Amino acid sequence: MLEVRNLVFHPLENGVEKCIIEGVNFTVEEGEMLVITGPNGGGKSTLAKLLMGIEKPDEGAVFMDGVDITGYSIAQRANAGIGFAFQQPPRFKGMTVKRLLSLAAGYELPESKCCDYLSGVGLCAREYLNREVDNTLSGGEMKRLEIATVLAKPHKLCIFDEPEAGIDLWSFSMLVKQFEQLHADKKESLILISHQERIIRMADRIMVVKDGKIETLDEREKVLPNLVNDDTGCACMNPAHRAS
Amino acid sequence: MTEKEENKVADIDHVTESILEKIDSEGFHQQGAYNLRYNGYSLCHGDTQHIKIKRKEDKQGIDVFISSGTKGEQVHIPVVVAASGIMDQVYNDFYIEEGARVTIVAGCGIHNSGCNDSRHDGIHTFHVGMGANVRYEEKHYGEGEGTGARILNPVTKIIMEKDSVFTLDTAQIKGVDSTKRETEVVMGEGAKLFVVEKLMTHDKQSAVSNMDIYLNGAGSSAQITSRSVARGDSTQTFHPKAIGNALCHAHIQCDSIIMDKAQVCSIPEIDAKHVDAAIIHEAAIGRINSEQLIKLNTFGLSGEEAEAVIIENFLA
Repeated sequence: MLEVRNLVFHPLENGVEKCIIEGVNFTVEEGEMLVITGPNGGGKSTLAKLLMGIEKPDEGAVFMDGVDITGYSIAQRANAGIGFAFQQPPRFKGMTVKRLLSLAAGYELPESKCCDYLSGVGLCAREYLNREVDNTLSGGEMKRLEIATVLAKPHKLCIFDEPEAGIDLWSFSMLVKQFEQLHADKKESLILISHQERIIRMADRIMVVKDGKIETLDEREKVLPNLVNDDTGCACMNPAHRAS
Repeated sequence: MTEKEENKVADIDHVTESILEKIDSEGFHQQGAYNLRYNGYSLCHGDTQHIKIKRKEDKQGIDVFISSGTKGEQVHIPVVVAASGIMDQVYNDFYIEEGARVTIVAGCGIHNSGCNDSRHDGIHTFHVGMGANVRYEEKHYGEGEGTGARILNPVTKIIMEKDSVFTLDTAQIKGVDSTKRETEVVMGEGAKLFVVEKLMTHDKQSAVSNMDIYLNGAGSSAQITSRSVARGDSTQTFHPKAIGNALCHAHIQCDSIIMDKAQVCSIPEIDAKHVDAAIIHEAAIGRINSEQLIKLNTFGLSGEEAEAVIIENFLA
């Protein structure tokens, strides 16, 4: 379904070339859930942005159903069936929740549909539909709304960048159920970037990204036992980092 | 106005009808309380049991009397200037009695297809009685293929008695070449003011908005929100000022999106003259946030579509 070939991303930062992604190859099958995990700063979010076209790779190619989409814009990729939930979604002054969901869906959503999508992420439609997507919403509310915008439209592939970040425990359980449902339906392939064990345990395959490279990519049962003892969870716990 | 005039249903031409649709979002009908000013004279008007509109004898304009018995009625007083070269200055005074609840829908549209300037200066004074609740909506719009400028210079004075509430919702949609708005509000004890000002300028247009809010009564409060989009070579200047003369709360917020070669100057001023005056101002000017554009791109919208959606909602 999705094929990533030798992706390289070396942006210039203050005139110095930085190696963010180094020759990454992988595939995602139809209906598969791939969870990407690894230390902070390892390149996970950048990799997701490269898939969505938000960043442009220096080398390599991305194929979707056999079609080379490397040169596609963000909008073209969206129209080809890729959905994207941002780690830190932007706010829009003056835009209501209902309008944002309708834009995400691609048509004017009836209230009942909005209600379905909002309740799916633990938000009450009656309370939120006419609220503005501005700084009166908390970080957690913004994250839940962000996930609802992706759920509002059928996709071939959905990419969620740390969907659990900033979400309270109760909402997190609802979110996990949403992902379980999406996964069970097998209609959409899912890429989730996450540090959360409950999400990682849902994966068909787990990819560990570190220093811009794929350190491990295999079936959940093979990767999961090693994750607990590895140093990939948190950079500050890494003895090597602490020593430096 | 004679009785004959009062009962007359006027014919409204196509251009006027289309302008009315732009400036009166509630929908203009020749029923209830209304007055349509067209090319400098009153084309049609109507009263109700609680709302009486009287033409001024000494100068251009109307007096609108809104009685205490008014509970949720609307008054529509649109102005259409459809001829080139018209200079129209009009004085409208509103007397809103104690406890009345009313929505006043004003607005001015200029269609200038000639080479002479068309200008309308609406000078409005509101006397808001104790405990009355007024919503005043005003939309300004200009159109026409002529080279003559479309100019609107509104002056609004609001005098608020004890515990009255006034919501001022003004919008300049597009097509106004030059505008200078002057607004003054004098607030009594417990009075509450809500102002939402939205403005769009483009090409070589210029807009200036000065607003002085005097919070004179104890417990008075004002919330001023100004949102604008400046495109092309247009210029905008905002100068909202809150003067706290008593225990009061005021919040001024100015947000502007700047595009192309436009210029925006925002000068919120807060002036506390009482130890219990709590006044806040916030002002921000910036281009459209790239993260917002990217987010809308991920919905399949092109860059241009995303920009249009952001502006439309910002000024909605």
